[in-house]
Amino acid sequence: MTRAVLIWAGLAAALVVPVVIAAGSPFLQWRSAVYIAAGFAGIVAMGLLLVQPLLAGGYLPGLTIRFGRRVHVWVGIGLVGAVIAHVVGLWLTSPPDVVDVLLFRSPTPFSDWGVIAMWAVFAAAALAAMRKKLRLRPRFWRFWHLSLASVVVVGSVVHALLIEGTMGTVSKVVLCALAVAALAKAIWDQRPRTWRVRR
Amino acid sequence: MTAELHTRRNLLLTGAATVGAAGFLMPARAAGLAPTPTMRGGANNYQPGAAIVDRIGGGGFWMNGTVRRAGDGAPLPGVRIQIWAHTTEGYESDARSHGATLTDANGAFRLEMPQIVPAFGQPHAHLAYDADYDDLGFETVFLRPIMPSSRDTSLDAHFVLKPV
Repeated sequence: MTRAVLIWAGLAAALVVPVVIAAGSPFLQWRSAVYIAAGFAGIVAMGLLLVQPLLAGGYLPGLTIRFGRRVHVWVGIGLVGAVIAHVVGLWLTSPPDVVDVLLFRSPTPFSDWGVIAMWAVFAAAALAAMRKKLRLRPRFWRFWHLSLASVVVVGSVVHALLIEGTMGTVSKVVLCALAVAALAKAIWDQRPRTWRVRR
Repeated sequence: MTAELHTRRNLLLTGAATVGAAGFLMPARAAGLAPTPTMRGGANNYQPGAAIVDRIGGGGFWMNGTVRRAGDGAPLPGVRIQIWAHTTEGYESDARSHGATLTDANGAFRLEMPQIVPAFGQPHAHLAYDADYDDLGFETVFLRPIMPSSRDTSLDAHFVLKPV
């Protein structure tokens, strides 16, 4: 029971604290509502990246793995929506900068990582949407969904860490570290049988 | 261009003398000085033809730099440099965020503007030398320098212009 409370409280803190700190950023006073919303969409997306492996791996106490995976689908849709809101909001704020980013000719290296993560999250979601229709074999499906998820998390973490934005440094690093750890745990628990036999 | 190459030694001497007189610390490497290339994203949100102003907005931040000629490094006076950035007073795309200034007799420019704040992940400025606004015969260059720290209250950017 205590453990369950601690895990849920820890998750809530990891998701809420970065948003609260960003809400106090001095940069906000020099930004329009659209630009601010675009930034927060990015922060929310970063938080959802932590939630996804926890749901998929069934690590959240009180949730059955079945229910957790159904929520995973909805959080995945929310994640795609947050990424789209992030990019559209930035595009409205400064179209030429976002066009450069999408064409990989931006002067800022972090934006390339963001674009790679964006395409990977779209691909992971598309693969999930077509999984049943294409009758993907479980091993094929798992390998590609997890591979794309890894690109999403690593790309987003590098993207976020290199940016000087509204997020606080400590809460950003903690959220990024937790997202990487959750992904690593989920991948480790999904490792192919062949690895397990050898061990 | 060829004539310039033949007399590069003379130009170096005069150039070095002028540069030395101007108090710049760049003596020996002046010959063969490479032109500054346009930086990626440098022209983003450029609005050609901003007025020459004493100060952009309320000021408080200093944009400094020099303009020299490629090859001999001779300082170029009277060159129009346009500056814009995301500041405490507006977006890059706001007309009030733009202003231009002219280099002095030593090829140096210095324009006060509002404090630059990080935008799109980096605290940065934009500067333009636009060949359409004079008959000096140099190629257009756009710069996008990044501030080492967003707390800085000044930023330097230097142009070395390439004769067409």
